[in-house]
Amino acid sequence: MNPVLLKMLGKRLGLGFLTLAVVAVFIFSVVELLPGDVAQEVLGQSATPETVAAFRRELGLDKPPFPRFLEWAGGVLRGDFGNSLANGRPVAELVSGRLGNTLFLAGYAALIAVPLALVLGVAAALWRNTLFDRAANVAALSAVSLPEFFVAYLLVLGFSVTWNIFPSLSNIEPGASLGEKLYKAFLPALALTLVVVAHMMRMTRAAVINLLASPYIEMAKLKGLRGARIVVLHALPNALAPIVNVVAINLAYLVVGVVVVEAVFVYPGLGQLMVDSVSRRDIPVVQAAGLIFAAVYILLNLLADVVSIAGNPRLLHPR
Amino acid sequence: MGKIFWRAPLSAKFGLAVVAAYIFAALFAPLLAPFSETEIAGAEFEPWGEGFVFGTDGLGRDMLSRMLYGARNTVGLAFTITALAFLAGASLGLLAAAKGGWLDQLLGRAADMVMAVPSLILALLMLTITGTGAVPLVAVISLIQSPAVFRIARAEAMNAAAMDYVEAARLRGESLLWVARREILPNALPPLAAEFGLRFIFVFLFISALSFLGLGLQPPLADWGGMVRENATLITFGDITPLLPAGAIAFLAVAVNFVVDWLLHVASGLKK
Repeated sequence: MNPVLLKMLGKRLGLGFLTLAVVAVFIFSVVELLPGDVAQEVLGQSATPETVAAFRRELGLDKPPFPRFLEWAGGVLRGDFGNSLANGRPVAELVSGRLGNTLFLAGYAALIAVPLALVLGVAAALWRNTLFDRAANVAALSAVSLPEFFVAYLLVLGFSVTWNIFPSLSNIEPGASLGEKLYKAFLPALALTLVVVAHMMRMTRAAVINLLASPYIEMAKLKGLRGARIVVLHALPNALAPIVNVVAINLAYLVVGVVVVEAVFVYPGLGQLMVDSVSRRDIPVVQAAGLIFAAVYILLNLLADVVSIAGNPRLLHPR
Repeated sequence: MGKIFWRAPLSAKFGLAVVAAYIFAALFAPLLAPFSETEIAGAEFEPWGEGFVFGTDGLGRDMLSRMLYGARNTVGLAFTITALAFLAGASLGLLAAAKGGWLDQLLGRAADMVMAVPSLILALLMLTITGTGAVPLVAVISLIQSPAVFRIARAEAMNAAAMDYVEAARLRGESLLWVARREILPNALPPLAAEFGLRFIFVFLFISALSFLGLGLQPPLADWGGMVRENATLITFGDITPLLPAGAIAFLAVAVNFVVDWLLHVASGLKK
């Protein structure tokens, strides 16, 4: 490790955690920023002044914002997100199992999507402008404009209605075995895969093509090296950073994109909980779920940047 | 401009034709639709065929009529939001580029913050407080989308102002308005139009997702995302009715994408 690299990494990490802190403040204060009295808004016009006052006490709205934020942030750091307004249960308890399910689904989709996208991307780059490349491009361009629920229902129509191979509902029970979970979550995972694979593939293709045009690859070709050796030993080390970057960005997207797919398959994930809580205006649950989603998203984006800084061969071997 | 259009590739012409058809359906929905969007015209879940081209939904409302009104509601809403986000984002972007200094810094950091949070999560957070409906939806989503437009408008303005031909026009003594209209705008138009198209697709898919989640336009208004949700149970019986609104969303998004692709191509040609 050289000092320049360490300094860059330190700077990026510091910036990432600063963003996270600012976002936490932001999520907390969304309630303040919006016009009108939240308690009155949520309870409706017919609420008596006593109910409104009780609701404000419950949310802690009767205290000034700054101490209230410190209390909330302190609780969050200890894993205490307060109580749900809908059923009075601790938010942490509601969220923890759901978060596990969502991460399982996102991870499952990533395990299928990442290798698939990399292989397709590299293949499209190597066979540039062939029929395969063009077909892959058209498919990718169309795939990015399809809504997630359209893809998901097409899969349901094919795999569970017509062929009856996989279930259309992924109602995973808490104690289900891994095999059962993998089977039931297959269609949601496949839907997510189709959504993210296109972008990853195109970016991988662009990264590899970009590299194959650089002078040192030309040099390697002129030295008479074999194609495979050029790709593996010369191109890949430099392409790794941008590719890992794309993968991390798409994983971040995956964790958020999960919300709609969970709704289609009635999958018991965090996204589903958040959407239900929005309709119920259960503010503590929405804030907790929002903070978790935002944190995962920011951390994965941070990881993407760190990898692309740390994995850059030019920075690893300074002159 | 006409010459550029006739030389457009087939995919772009196809895209433009599809967009025109959607606009036609949206404008003339009341004349084209056999029933109104809320009228209970028949029994529940009537099959496709006579009387009801695409059958009826769970309340007995005509699907074809709701599809046509849905074009008006969903596409109209997405267009309004995109236009508002452009108006706010672009004017702030131009302001930031022109003034610079602390204002530029402040707006830039605010945009960074909004963009650091995934937009769906941000929208869900804000909709919890504002409640659902057309007005909160327009306000919340245009607010979330404007930072992206702000960044692009600011960058374009910075670039354009540094061009030699702009400097030359200024030295000729042309007025600021003339320079903006005759020198900067023609060059900035294709990239901005492409950006508008891309932003529109994004907003369109975004509000469709929200209304699919039950947080968009509220019933009984016809809205494609919501119609997918309302009729979703039919799919388990092999009935493809819920795929109609979903397909309508996908088809328009693909068509606009084709047009954007062509605009980007035109824009890159102008830069050379």
